[in-house]
Amino acid sequence: MNHNYQKDISGCGLTGLISRKRRRISGSEIVKSLCLMTDRGNGLGAGYAAYGIYPEFKDFYAFHIMYDEPSVKRSVEEYLKANYHIEKIEEIPTRAVKAIPISPMLVRYFVSPLKEKLSGDQQETDFVVNTVMKVNSEIDGAYIFSSGKNMGAFKGVGNPSEIAEFFRIDEYEGYIWTAHTRFPTNTPGWWGGAHPFTLLDWSIVHNGEISSYGINKRYLEMYGYKLTLLTDTEVAAYLLDLLIRRHGLSIPVACLALASPFWKNIDQRDAGEKEVLTALRQTYGSALLNGPFSILFGHSNGLVGINDRIKLRPLVAAVKDDVTYMASEESAIRAICPQPEKVWAPRAGEPVIVNLED
Amino acid sequence: MVEINASGTYYKELNQKVREAVEKGEKEIVLKNVNGQYYIGDGLRGSSTIVIEGVPGNDLAAFMDGPTLRIKSNAQDNISNTMNSGKVIVEGNAGDVLGYGMRGGKLHIRGDVGYRVGIHMKGNKKQTPTIVVGGTAGDFFGEYMAGGVLILLGLDSTGPLVGDYLGTGMHGGTIFVRGEVDKKLCGAEVGILDLDDDDQKVLKDALTDYCKDFGLKLEDIMKKGFKKLIPVSSRPYGNLYAY
Amino acid sequence: MFKSLAPPEYLATIDREKCIRCKRCIQNCGWGVYSWGGDKILIDTFKCVKCLRCYHYCPEEAIEIKDNPTKFKQNAYWSFNNIRNIKKQAETGGIPLTGMGSDMPYPILFDNLLIDACQVTNPSIDPVREPMELRTYLGKKPSNIKVEKTKDGKLKLSEPMPPQIKLDLPIIFSPMSYGSISLNAQKVLATAAKASGIVMNTGEGGLHEDLFPYKGNIIVQVASGRFGVNPEYLNAGVAVEIKIGQGAKPGIGGHLPGEKIPLEVARTRMIPVGTDAISPAPQHDIYSIEDLRQLIYAIKETTNYKPVSVKIAAVHNVAAIASGVVRAGADIVYIDGFRGGTGAAPSIIRDHLGIPIEHALAAVDDRLRQEGIRNEASIIAAGGIRSSADVAKAIALGADAVGIGTAALITMGCTTCGKCYTGNCSWGITTQRPELTARLDPEVYAERLTNLIRAWSHELKEILGALGINSIESLRGNRERLRGVGLDSFTLDILGVKPAGR
Repeated sequence: MNHNYQKDISGCGLTGLISRKRRRISGSEIVKSLCLMTDRGNGLGAGYAAYGIYPEFKDFYAFHIMYDEPSVKRSVEEYLKANYHIEKIEEIPTRAVKAIPISPMLVRYFVSPLKEKLSGDQQETDFVVNTVMKVNSEIDGAYIFSSGKNMGAFKGVGNPSEIAEFFRIDEYEGYIWTAHTRFPTNTPGWWGGAHPFTLLDWSIVHNGEISSYGINKRYLEMYGYKLTLLTDTEVAAYLLDLLIRRHGLSIPVACLALASPFWKNIDQRDAGEKEVLTALRQTYGSALLNGPFSILFGHSNGLVGINDRIKLRPLVAAVKDDVTYMASEESAIRAICPQPEKVWAPRAGEPVIVNLED
Repeated sequence: MVEINASGTYYKELNQKVREAVEKGEKEIVLKNVNGQYYIGDGLRGSSTIVIEGVPGNDLAAFMDGPTLRIKSNAQDNISNTMNSGKVIVEGNAGDVLGYGMRGGKLHIRGDVGYRVGIHMKGNKKQTPTIVVGGTAGDFFGEYMAGGVLILLGLDSTGPLVGDYLGTGMHGGTIFVRGEVDKKLCGAEVGILDLDDDDQKVLKDALTDYCKDFGLKLEDIMKKGFKKLIPVSSRPYGNLYAY
Repeated sequence: MFKSLAPPEYLATIDREKCIRCKRCIQNCGWGVYSWGGDKILIDTFKCVKCLRCYHYCPEEAIEIKDNPTKFKQNAYWSFNNIRNIKKQAETGGIPLTGMGSDMPYPILFDNLLIDACQVTNPSIDPVREPMELRTYLGKKPSNIKVEKTKDGKLKLSEPMPPQIKLDLPIIFSPMSYGSISLNAQKVLATAAKASGIVMNTGEGGLHEDLFPYKGNIIVQVASGRFGVNPEYLNAGVAVEIKIGQGAKPGIGGHLPGEKIPLEVARTRMIPVGTDAISPAPQHDIYSIEDLRQLIYAIKETTNYKPVSVKIAAVHNVAAIASGVVRAGADIVYIDGFRGGTGAAPSIIRDHLGIPIEHALAAVDDRLRQEGIRNEASIIAAGGIRSSADVAKAIALGADAVGIGTAALITMGCTTCGKCYTGNCSWGITTQRPELTARLDPEVYAERLTNLIRAWSHELKEILGALGINSIESLRGNRERLRGVGLDSFTLDILGVKPAGR
């Protein structure tokens, strides 16, 4: 990747929820929560991610792809046909929205990699990641914006209610939801730039600018990731993929690497813990997310919220029954859950980790 | 005595076993089936004797400080690199760059040696590193020599006794060569002299020990005359720089 | 003896009205510029190097050292030094020597790079009152680690980390041997290194026993001369460095003549007093990359696997060389740019061989990343680091730490006069003359050097704060936070830096 890129900068608001008991919750809830924070965005980007929305296709990777023109669609589909079994192709359902006069072509595919295309002991997930990297970096005018199983991302240029209306978010039901309203500071226009950002089952919504972006990007490139979006969010998603999926770190340990404690704190721990935390910082110094951020990341087994190590971006969490809520503002939670059992602000760098029950 | 079978063992593991045996105080250690393992005896201290059966790998006895190694066959390059004390006996031939920066101890080789042997050997206080080569030597014998004693015997050899650039850069120490030395082969710094009584004593002491290691007779070796090579200019590069 | 036709570079002058004939200038000048003429100070200005020792020690401020206004006819092509060197060579037939890093007017890339700062979209951080971390670990890092849980639910490392050298800030003192500098100068470095939580490097002259108390802050060096190297020495410090080359004289060896080797230097180098100390150009057990691997592991076998650093000069093909060095097993690659200092080098070599550290560092960091082995070794960049801004820029280009030599000597009185090779340093730094070395009080100057490191540490924190990051590892390799001014697109491409405005 050439160094001569223009980085994308934006502020924003985010919200998310998870039902530990895998109760599927209507998209209209998360829309209500996000719309309360419309003022955190500027109408130039919003998006939603949901888990558990495609139960009938849960064994297939759901590729959501946006195309600028039909010819690109043909070449991507040729590539997919050569490498994947395609269970189903359909247009992503949308409604006409006055504020969104033009949009890219939006198509979804339920696919599984052809066994004979996997080389040696290659994992299916690596194969899918390679496809996403290839299409997104090499094919102009095509962009895979969702690639996990039984989950999907829906995003575009518009404000939270417009995007929700356009993608008919109210018609989906999921047990994990994340959502994002965006305040980009550069010229808008590209739908791929909105959040959530996803790769496989990972989905990320993010608030704040990561000041360590440059080294995080170069670190990921060493491991073969192609950073095409030039946003901090993309970096966070790939880092999670690298640390958790490829390096096998547990989610809490990966969080310790991304928002590590300060040396002062590490030095005071007992010998064993000090050794682990020191080794984490020594090994993953280039993966440290430095600067203001709060992040929600969903995955097939749960939802995690984390913010930076000196709390430069807000994050509030709440619990009611089997549902945990996390958002930039408490009011966004209260908009859909007026009387939570517990509301708290997680400490800097301390993740809130909620897993689905089996 | 302890035996260690080195067959198929990587150097790291083999040398760990040797270090443990030396630490336990084993006086004699025999390494069987050695072939190509690097770094045997590196940095090793104490007074153990290690017998090596098979061809040891490079950097044998580097930084060694005390023990004796006897190699029952040929040995490779870089023996006694920066060695401080102890002894290495090679019953066969040995390779290039032997005794680089050697500060003390002895290296006895029964057969021929390669290029740059005795390079940058140094003496220090009571330490006099000594290398005795039974056969012939290649070019740059005794290059940059700063101290110690380097002896070349040319016993039962057929090829030329020594290569070109003999003692080039030499600024200390002594080279003894059995037979005549061609001035054209020597570095600019080197002077060729006859031995005085002190030299004879140094030479005999060194060769007596050498003969003992290989069952040779001193008088057989001494039948032929020796020449002494020493640096004759203390500042060979004095005019090289404009201040 | 005819008078040299190479005119003096400086004119030492004394205001005769102010001069009180106290003779302090005579005592202080190591070069013998001043002598007593019975009723006044006599001046041999040909010997003057403008080190300003006399100026500082003249109680009446009567001394002035001027650049010689009598130059050759001005010529944009034939510089004063070109003509002067030819005249000197014609008179002596020798190679002109020099000390210090090159002072030739090649472009200085550090001065064409500017650092970012935060405004609105991300916040700057108050570095004085909020946490700001400079701690750096040098050594091989695994690409990933495995963490397991113990029975009581605590985290535990599955495999131990390779050994690391802890630095309180990403600066080390560059190798300068005892022999090239005085023991007192080395004591200053060792004391300040300990006080600052960093390390100094012995250079290739061995380790004097007076430095034993500082072992935890010392890297010992092994160079082609193998001076003072034995198992005890190799095990003495926190790491061992193999010196392949030096930025000021890549591909060139060294030669400390016997008359500059008094007892203590000889003892430390483990050679007899008065013998020449020759460092051949190559290490004669390294003629190829696999030989380097052999020496690295010979040292590791001898030291029970301490980190090994390999110091190379920045030359044209430095990226491929560094990659080979890392693959040969080095834990640290030390890259010395062509501006790097030296005690003595032929000026023709110093001024015309090698490449700048900025290019070399960027190329090496890129190459190691392309090959996926950047974690295998730390990079130390050195060769002309003048300020904490240079430190920050080098780290943003990809260095783990920087080495400083000249900057450290300047705290001891050095004025970069460049005459280190004469052994007459009036400040007692690059000399072994006892009457001169005695001037360098290790305690006094260690405090000054420690002050410099503290000052740079504060400045680095200010820079990080402005960048909105609170830990040095987020600056390391973060070229996104640098912009180039006045650089062509090729250079920007090599540096991996955007032009200002983009």
